[in-house]
Amino acid sequence: MKILVCITHVPDTTSKISFTDGNTQFDKTGVQFIIGPYDDYALARAVELKEQSNGTITVLNVGEAETEPTLRKALAIGADDAIRVNANPTDSYFVANQIAAIAKEHQYDLILMGRESIDFNSGAVHGMVGEILGIPSLSPIMTLDIDGTTAKMTREIEGGKETLEAELPLVLGCQEPIAEWKIPNMRGIMTARSKPLNVVEPTDNSVRTQLKEYQMPPAKGAVKMISADNVSELVNLLKNEAKVI
Amino acid sequence: MSVLVFIEISEGAIKKSSLEAVSFAAGFDSNVTAIAFGEASADSLKIAGKAGASKVLHVGDTKYNDGNIQAYASAIAKAADSIAADTVVLANSSLGDPVAARLSIKMNASLTSNVIELPDTSNGFVVKRSIYTGKAFAQVNLTEGKRIIGIKKNATTIKEDGADASVEAFSAEDSTDDFKVKILSKEKATGDVLLPEADIVVSGGRGLKGPENWGMIEDLAKTLGAATACSKPVSDMDWRPHHEHVGQTGIKVAPSLYIAVGISGAIQHLAGVNSSKCIVVINKDEEAPFFKAADYGIVGDAFEVVPKLTEAIKAING
Ligand SMILES: Cc1cc2nc3c(=O)[nH]c(=O)nc-3n(C[C@H](O)[C@H](O)[C@H](O)COP(=O)(O)OP(=O)(O)OC[C@H]3O[C@@H](n4cnc5c(N)ncnc54)[C@H](O)[C@@H]3O)c2cc1C
Repeated sequence: MKILVCITHVPDTTSKISFTDGNTQFDKTGVQFIIGPYDDYALARAVELKEQSNGTITVLNVGEAETEPTLRKALAIGADDAIRVNANPTDSYFVANQIAAIAKEHQYDLILMGRESIDFNSGAVHGMVGEILGIPSLSPIMTLDIDGTTAKMTREIEGGKETLEAELPLVLGCQEPIAEWKIPNMRGIMTARSKPLNVVEPTDNSVRTQLKEYQMPPAKGAVKMISADNVSELVNLLKNEAKVI
Repeated sequence: MSVLVFIEISEGAIKKSSLEAVSFAAGFDSNVTAIAFGEASADSLKIAGKAGASKVLHVGDTKYNDGNIQAYASAIAKAADSIAADTVVLANSSLGDPVAARLSIKMNASLTSNVIELPDTSNGFVVKRSIYTGKAFAQVNLTEGKRIIGIKKNATTIKEDGADASVEAFSAEDSTDDFKVKILSKEKATGDVLLPEADIVVSGGRGLKGPENWGMIEDLAKTLGAATACSKPVSDMDWRPHHEHVGQTGIKVAPSLYIAVGISGAIQHLAGVNSSKCIVVINKDEEAPFFKAADYGIVGDAFEVVPKLTEAIKAING
């Protein structure tokens, strides 16, 4: 089974977010970048499936040279090779087009990625790739089992989950508890250095959205502390000040 | 110009988040049509009119009961075409998001989600959306002639002053390709207030010590008409079901009121709740990071404070 795992290169969850150049650029100063947490789940499940089926895993990132350490980490976790599409990932449509072009060329049985990236939170790339390729796309996927060419999955729905079945090829946006994150071991880190990381240029440069400006939320007012002996004061404030009950 | 709104039906009624989407659409266009799928009575659908829709197209074929992503995207594209809609609006949800993504390719449309304000059309079509899991916003111009907008839950208020909408049957042209995915079963909590839709959420963390202590959380939630939620370790330990876990890797909620009991307020937890309008934190540790993100805080033992709070709310509600 040939699996493609698409990974995002995103600021660590705990990063403080700020912008420069008149609020048009993300400020990378002091920010640590990681594999997108949802993509990490997708990769972890891919590694398990590869072990069961003798498959191969290619990891793909649309990003500039600075994302290569993130791709190397994915190789250390268990991917066999990596592709970097050398471009700044400007919008979901642009990224989906690059992924679809690579997928058409290499014919994967399964294309996995996270349900959304944690920077733009659009959750759109998997669906766009599925539609461009004319194959089913499903998200958010919580469990995935493959039997021959049939995939059985559970998908989160509001207040519960649904069980689904479909034939490969498929595009899936993943989330927990699909697998436990894998931490690269020493051997993985060593072998990752010599695994192929191919850089290709983007095929289609069209975008459908244009970022005008970033904004920060207004500063949070100070918390109002209420004594544990005076709970009715809290109820009073919720009713008459915050007007939420 | 006309706007089409995809409305979701749950247990025969239009979901609150979908009524928000209709009201949002009515806020920038006077010609709003909605499209609904599956079993629902005409009476339950015409309510969309109160929120601002003039017409509801109803795909009543039982094949569409289940929420099939591809089939919905195809039918919505066909409906958008039939009414010459240039904009499709929907509520961000586990169904809305994947449908919107496929639809955007079918319609050659710009797509953006997590939108929280009406568009500015003075120079292009610019919307404000939430990014970095609620830590920042972006102003985004949708540059195509057609666009799809996902609305963040609770970002808008529901209009209630419209007239009933007319309801028309709409026949989707189904292709077998659209039904390649088989939905085998659904497991859904019923009866309770559903967490992603809830206006008030009462959430418990590891500070509650064990599943046997959730009775007081449920009592407080019941008194407030609220949904219950939890932190990740609580669902990891199976004290509560997975679909109650909120945060970065769980559900993201944006209720009017979020009450956190015995939760430390780790950044990954905050990522899922920081869009709440008002946050109350009850924690016995005055240094708990959650107090920094809260509007109101009580330093105290949950086992004493929560029952008192429930009683105090009952008292004012008479
Ligand atoms: C990549 C990643 C993703 C994650 N995603 C999520 C996520 O989506 N959601 C999430 O919640 N977490 C997530 N986490 C975990 C998160 O970092 C915290 O570990 C978690 O939120 C802690 O849960 P807690 O506050 O319930 O428990 P604890 O950190 O153990 O805190 C318990 C709190 O209860 C208080 N307490 C104890 N006894 C009482 C009492 N009797 N009365 C009142 N207060 C009391 C304590 O003072 C303490 O503050 C994630 C972590 C990682 C690394």
